[in-house]
Amino acid sequence: MSTIPSRQTLTLVFLALLLAAVFFIAIGSGPVVITPPEVLAILLDAAGFKQATPINPGHATVLIDIRAPRVVLGIIIGAGLAVSGAAMQGLFRNPLADPGLVGISSGAALAAVSVIVLGATVLSGLQDALGIYTLPFAAFIGSLLATMLVYKISQTEGRTDVSTLLLAGIAINALVGAVTGLLTYMADDAQLRTLTFWSMGSLGSANWEQVMVAAPFILVAIIIIPWHARALNAILLGEAEAGHLGFNLERIKKMLIVLVALAVGAAVSLTGIIGFVGLIVPHLLRLMVGPDHRFLLPASALLGGSFLLLADLLARTMVSPAELPIGIITAALGGPFFLWLLLRFRQRGGLG
Amino acid sequence: MNATVSAVVSLRQRIACLFLLSFLVAPTQLFAEDKALRVVSVGGALTEIIYQLGAESQLVGVDTTSLYPEAATKLPQVGYQRALSAEGVLSLNPSIVLATDQAGPPAVIKQIKLAGIEVLIIPTKYSAAGVVNKINQVSQALGLKSAGAKMAEDFLAEMDTLSNTEDKNIKTDVMFLLNVGKGSPMAAGIKTAADAMIVLAGASNVMKQYEGYKPVSTEAIVVADPEVLLLPQRTIDALGGQSGVLGIAGVNVTRAGKKKRVVAMEGLYMLGFTPRLPEAVRDLSKLLHSTKALESSLAVADK
Repeated sequence: MSTIPSRQTLTLVFLALLLAAVFFIAIGSGPVVITPPEVLAILLDAAGFKQATPINPGHATVLIDIRAPRVVLGIIIGAGLAVSGAAMQGLFRNPLADPGLVGISSGAALAAVSVIVLGATVLSGLQDALGIYTLPFAAFIGSLLATMLVYKISQTEGRTDVSTLLLAGIAINALVGAVTGLLTYMADDAQLRTLTFWSMGSLGSANWEQVMVAAPFILVAIIIIPWHARALNAILLGEAEAGHLGFNLERIKKMLIVLVALAVGAAVSLTGIIGFVGLIVPHLLRLMVGPDHRFLLPASALLGGSFLLLADLLARTMVSPAELPIGIITAALGGPFFLWLLLRFRQRGGLG
Repeated sequence: MNATVSAVVSLRQRIACLFLLSFLVAPTQLFAEDKALRVVSVGGALTEIIYQLGAESQLVGVDTTSLYPEAATKLPQVGYQRALSAEGVLSLNPSIVLATDQAGPPAVIKQIKLAGIEVLIIPTKYSAAGVVNKINQVSQALGLKSAGAKMAEDFLAEMDTLSNTEDKNIKTDVMFLLNVGKGSPMAAGIKTAADAMIVLAGASNVMKQYEGYKPVSTEAIVVADPEVLLLPQRTIDALGGQSGVLGIAGVNVTRAGKKKRVVAMEGLYMLGFTPRLPEAVRDLSKLLHSTKALESSLAVADK
């Protein structure tokens, strides 16, 4: 047993190195060919170190304004989704728990669909005020409202009933689905196709403004959620037991739910619905480092970033100069891998 | 004698010099323009116009709707027009991107502009005037204004002959079905490319109650009672031919179902509002007003 902590530490180190490696591969590859020395020169130049050899301004724009924000956004969102997934699974003691389950993603989806369909008519004021940021902003507000609603419904006498929370989430999902369906019916052909692509997710619109808007929300979640690792470990034993161990469960639950809503809402709002990251990454890590949240949460952040970055790298290079929706890649990579893990670890007593 | 020779030589030299100069000055500009323009076309109709202007050598990338002429499909693909990739488009090193107003997402268009590439957005209008506007804007962007003016003129002349020969007394009732898959089929209402084409072909769209493409119920199909069902070729193929269309619930009760009148046309040709519009209208008119049953429609449609 004494070898376990060192194995966990090694895993964390390995995951950090993996993220660094994927980062350098991702920033160095793309449809526009920029050689590694040039990448280095452009990055150093942007950082203020004037280069002796002249920089190709076209390549500099591609690298600094298009590729770099995309890579950074990919890491942040991948990390945010994975940490949120791990926290939800711990909080609900349910291996299937996923931000989508409690209505966060569908709330964001409803708001986004509303903007796409009604943006030119009913919501034109909002559209005028926010321009191309209307969609991300609306999706973020939608996720937050949906989460608050589900959470309020599940409150009984100042306590949160987890099963009521889950059921309320399902009901809200259904309700949101109906309204989304109605808006889909009202949409014209062009809007319909926008909806389809939005629902598969993409990091293609990333720019520095988006990174600056999203990063604080997601980083707050990535940093603060792991602080509650011990509480999540205690919750694994049962809520009553966690209470006996001296944790202020209500406060922690509220905190975690708001943090997850912030992170997932910000993520969904910028990139559309990217599935599988929040589910597969924490599960894979539980198999590797065990269920201890003190390691699981930071490890999820590291692996989530790598996973989404790798998926996006494939999305933008596989059919270049076109690109694939990233949701297709995460599902295509994640699905078979997840099944393989299930089969391989079945004899160890499953994933629970 | 000597003087004459030297005069001849000097004249030759002068001519040679002028010849060389003309290479250096005037054609160099043309040449430079030819070389400098690298066009990415996002929109089937725009690509067709570029080919018809003979400027296809400047074309370095197209989108998935650029299906005609077939040579266009061999060019580098920037993907679906609503899901462009900024870096993908930039990797083709374009000097200009020609796109319809459906191209996006907006943030990607913004990124391409940010990289200093001109993006010309050309509005989509379902009319002959819309096609003329496309021709004018594309030819102007390519520096082929006079060729474009000629092309637009020819196009309008062709459209004119069309309206003269058309028999306005027969108004066939047509229903256009976009896709027929799970659930209700989607029929074209007004303000669609399909509606505009049906009207241009001298027929009448039975679904006038709504705008855009909407799913229609079996009963709505029965009530609308079209004489002809019009579908994109791809949809008919997906349904496994005409018999599949006639198998849609409600269709068998309509006049189209009883007479087995199902007409198919290639999507871009029929709905793209391309320079081939006059031919497309003529073909569609022929198909819609043919009094013959399934077999003949099939023969023309499959051609």
